[in-house]
Amino acid sequence: MRVITVAGPPSVGKTSVVDKTARLLKTRGQRVGVVKFDSLATSDDEIYARAGLPVAVGLAGSVCPDHFFVSNIDDCLTWGRGQALDMLVAESAGLCNRCSPHIQGVLAICVVDTLSGVHTPRKIGPMLKLADVVVVTKGDIVSQAEREVFAFNVRLANPRAAIVFFNGITGQGATELVHHMENAPSVDGLEGRRLRFPMPSAVCPYCVGETCIGRDHQRGNVRKMNFAGTGT
Amino acid sequence: MSRSILTRTIGELSASHPAMADFFIGVSGQTPKPDGSVLSWLAGVGEDRLSQWGMDRDQALAHIEALAGQIDALRSSSAPEVRVLTILGGINKQGQPEDLRLTLRPGELVSVVGPTGSGKSRLLGDIECLAQGDTPSGRRILVNDAPPPPGLRFSTHQKLVAQLSQTMNFVMDLSVGDFIAMHAECRLAGEVGPLVSQVIAQANDLAGEPFDRDAALTQLSGGQTRALMIADTALLSASPIVLIDEIENAGIDRKKSLELLLAREKIVLMSTHDPILALLGDRRLVIRGGAVVDIIETSLAERANLAALEQLDQTLMAVRHRLRGGQRIDSPVEEMLPWMR
Repeated sequence: MRVITVAGPPSVGKTSVVDKTARLLKTRGQRVGVVKFDSLATSDDEIYARAGLPVAVGLAGSVCPDHFFVSNIDDCLTWGRGQALDMLVAESAGLCNRCSPHIQGVLAICVVDTLSGVHTPRKIGPMLKLADVVVVTKGDIVSQAEREVFAFNVRLANPRAAIVFFNGITGQGATELVHHMENAPSVDGLEGRRLRFPMPSAVCPYCVGETCIGRDHQRGNVRKMNFAGTGT
Repeated sequence: MSRSILTRTIGELSASHPAMADFFIGVSGQTPKPDGSVLSWLAGVGEDRLSQWGMDRDQALAHIEALAGQIDALRSSSAPEVRVLTILGGINKQGQPEDLRLTLRPGELVSVVGPTGSGKSRLLGDIECLAQGDTPSGRRILVNDAPPPPGLRFSTHQKLVAQLSQTMNFVMDLSVGDFIAMHAECRLAGEVGPLVSQVIAQANDLAGEPFDRDAALTQLSGGQTRALMIADTALLSASPIVLIDEIENAGIDRKKSLELLLAREKIVLMSTHDPILALLGDRRLVIRGGAVVDIIETSLAERANLAALEQLDQTLMAVRHRLRGGQRIDSPVEEMLPWMR
């Protein structure tokens, strides 16, 4: 079974990208299933179900969504094998531009959109920098010049990734993405595999439910801003 | 990992491209000593800095090497040459074969006509991804009489196709001059200043109302926006094929716009419902039910009609110009049209 992680900031069009590509893969005889990871609620599973794709949903609730992802991804593979899938796509929201669910030896796709600004590729962390394929959406509503500048900045932020322009409405770009997905490595299980980059070490009182602001509550892994030399 | 990267100095690598300099500054949190090697620099960077940047040591080294490779590739990559583009028929929406073998050469303009939903976008999409029988239409696209090698088809460096559509807008919060300079820098091609002036001058030649380099990109009028996009695509985009989805009649010289693209040896395909644009093409493809059903050469009679249609268009433009200038539209319009006199 080929396994693919898809991550990207909210509202960039991850679901449209996965939906359009999975439909194309289906016509090519591939049995594709999707696991949708989200924080609080999602109705995207209906979109996948409408496309006739087996779908499972994981809601992180009060737990960090990316930590939730890692704790459950191997179980997703077990589910996928039970469904006799050829390909399993795990779609997850990157909520702080810092975390990355990408796994070593598993095809990693990052989705970003051209509306998010020309400097965005530089601002996104391992989610983009360590991806194998960067899918750029919403290119149909900005100029050719802006698309070229955006792609250039993606290349500088992640010089190894392939860049695919994708129109989530028409599905233009799906053929190219299918090419990359069909060349993804096959994996039997993820037990013992490693993330491409550690998730942030965030163990402080606020992680476990503290709500009160103040120095007394800032214990454990706390990083303070440095204001020296700023301002007038 | 090649030894050469490890032993090159930070200063030397930083000078190769601002992105490389930004990387060293970003990871270090300050400008690192220029005479140190990559190896000694990395040894001096703390775990904390690397973690903040989002890479471990091996990933940072791999990044530097890949970035150096990209910069070399950018400097050496020239526009891929397309001498001839061939479109081979696939199937229509009913699954019946499409009888088509169309060859296109640089400097050629082909219009694409057909009702909404007939498959015009699908044809342009097939060309964009250089389809090899693997899209819903089953069409195949040949470049220089052969299937494109996968390296070209899925290349990140050399996009063969540039697109221009009426739904596109500038969204960046920058001045025209700054943005065009940014685009020119992506090409890493010589002096940026003169190129910027050239693009803006060319755009002003196409648009009715002139604008200067300090104008905000997002404040340009519809016509100015389209003119700038066309001038920029003609002069700064490396892609040898341009796909156009309609050029609206918004105070821009559309004939001159197309001539500009064709003069830069581009292959231009233009989907349109506008008779003046459609007849400007050497040929037009008629699309119905997902397939090309006819290819019409623009005849002499059609060219004569084009001249009359253009006169009609110019008359309307002149009236629009008067309106915009705050003048009255009370002189008889018939006098402006020779055949109505």
